[in-house]
Amino acid sequence: MNAEAHLSDPLLRFDDVDLGYGDFTVLSGISLQVQRGQVVAMMGGSGSGKTTLLRAATGQILPQRGTVTAFGQDIAQASPTQLREVRQRMGVLFQQGALFTDLNVFENVAFPLREHTCVSESQVVSKVLEKLDAVGLRAAAHLRISEISGGMARRVALARAIVLEPELILYDEPFAGLDPISLGITAQLIRGLTDRLNCGSILITHDVAESFAIADQVYMVGQGKLLASGSPDQLAQSSDPYIHQFLKGQPDGPIAFHYPETPAFNQWMQKNGGRR
Amino acid sequence: MSGLYKAIAALGGWLTGSIYQLGAITRLFASILAQSGAALRRPGLVSQQIHFIGNYSLVIIAVSGLFVGFVLGLQGYYTLNRYGSEEALGLLVALSLTRELGPVVTALLFAGRAGTSLTAEIGLMKAGEQLAAMEVMAVDPVRRVLVPRFWGGAIAMPILAAVFSMVGILGGWIVGVLLIGIDAGVFWSQMQNGVDVFKDVGNGVLKSFVFGVAVTLIALFEGWNARATPEGVARATTRTVVSGALVVLGLDFLLTALMFSN
Repeated sequence: MNAEAHLSDPLLRFDDVDLGYGDFTVLSGISLQVQRGQVVAMMGGSGSGKTTLLRAATGQILPQRGTVTAFGQDIAQASPTQLREVRQRMGVLFQQGALFTDLNVFENVAFPLREHTCVSESQVVSKVLEKLDAVGLRAAAHLRISEISGGMARRVALARAIVLEPELILYDEPFAGLDPISLGITAQLIRGLTDRLNCGSILITHDVAESFAIADQVYMVGQGKLLASGSPDQLAQSSDPYIHQFLKGQPDGPIAFHYPETPAFNQWMQKNGGRR
Repeated sequence: MSGLYKAIAALGGWLTGSIYQLGAITRLFASILAQSGAALRRPGLVSQQIHFIGNYSLVIIAVSGLFVGFVLGLQGYYTLNRYGSEEALGLLVALSLTRELGPVVTALLFAGRAGTSLTAEIGLMKAGEQLAAMEVMAVDPVRRVLVPRFWGGAIAMPILAAVFSMVGILGGWIVGVLLIGIDAGVFWSQMQNGVDVFKDVGNGVLKSFVFGVAVTLIALFEGWNARATPEGVARATTRTVVSGALVVLGLDFLLTALMFSN
């Protein structure tokens, strides 16, 4: 395989994948791909399975059917060493930040550098401060995690996810809990980083305006499947009632606000009927 | 009949559950040992844990040691005085502390102070997705989180037990020599003649190392397997103290039988 063909291969690919936990299937028949230099937004309502997609991409869960391929490696067939190599080429921003509470802001961002590279201490300091500067938190480097706000914690987690300048970056709700200024800067940072590093970026988000402004491709999941995909413009012009309701945030439509009643709930209600 | 069936089923469930737990803790122990080589190449991580686990337990260990020494001095004097052998007080205090009380009481305090803190820390790291984040960053959490803490605990425990015994002997000296008036020369020389460095002190150090391994392993195991909720972490810390204390007392009986039988 020549270098040009190699570069044109998708960084991440889902082929007719079913995902779930135990016997329960959350999403089925998912096919998607992420190319270099592309920002891909995964959208859908709460509990639609967006984070499950991220977990499958990082190998935290294996597909029930189909194949997930990252950097040409089938995740389900990867040995522990191969999976480690694949993960080293990824950066992940977790939904809750997942910052290490026993380390301060600087050490959290320095963590991947110290674990995976042999760079000198002065290079660690320079790289970490550069990334903290990019998220506007250079002067917070000395603070403990318990001393920073939720929004700041997400920005520190973002700096940590990009410090190794990975080939594929996965952002789980990168805009949650950010004020409007930080939100705009973060969106531009994600777009700028993707262009500069020629890496792939996956945004798992509810934020329609910000993600449509920077995404090249949008995938929409719901009702246990992939509902639509296309460029932000294509989706904005779609007449599909699900997409229309989601993008406009309308209360009426195919997406139910109320959680559906299950046999387990009805049984519980019968038991607790007297207390209603 | 159904009552008997239920009782047998409950016993079977308890037995298989216990065997499963034993298997799980053994697997975790094996995994920690297997990863120790790579982790110990970064001694800074281990020394940080020795400082965290050891230094923060030092005050409670030293104060407890002093009071245990006071009590040993008093009780030992009352008993020995009946037989006119109060000059053997130094020997009694030293042997009691180095062979038994030093390692055992330190291990019980260690389970309450450092063990609970380790369990809560690991449990909360799990609840905050920190361990999952580490795994996704291609960093093995056993190597990066558990191994330094395990060796930190295993190394800190004998040092803490030695501090406990040393302060306890000083406590015995304060009561026996300064307050009661036993001759200081007799107090120390009896101790010097009667305490064997290898058999008494050495075995005491070995005991405390074994207790350190056991308590730290239990604390890490409980944190590692804690349910990722506040209630789950609270239950896990309680289990650390209860299981840690029982295992220390059980192991103490076994080790004493092995080490000090003729």
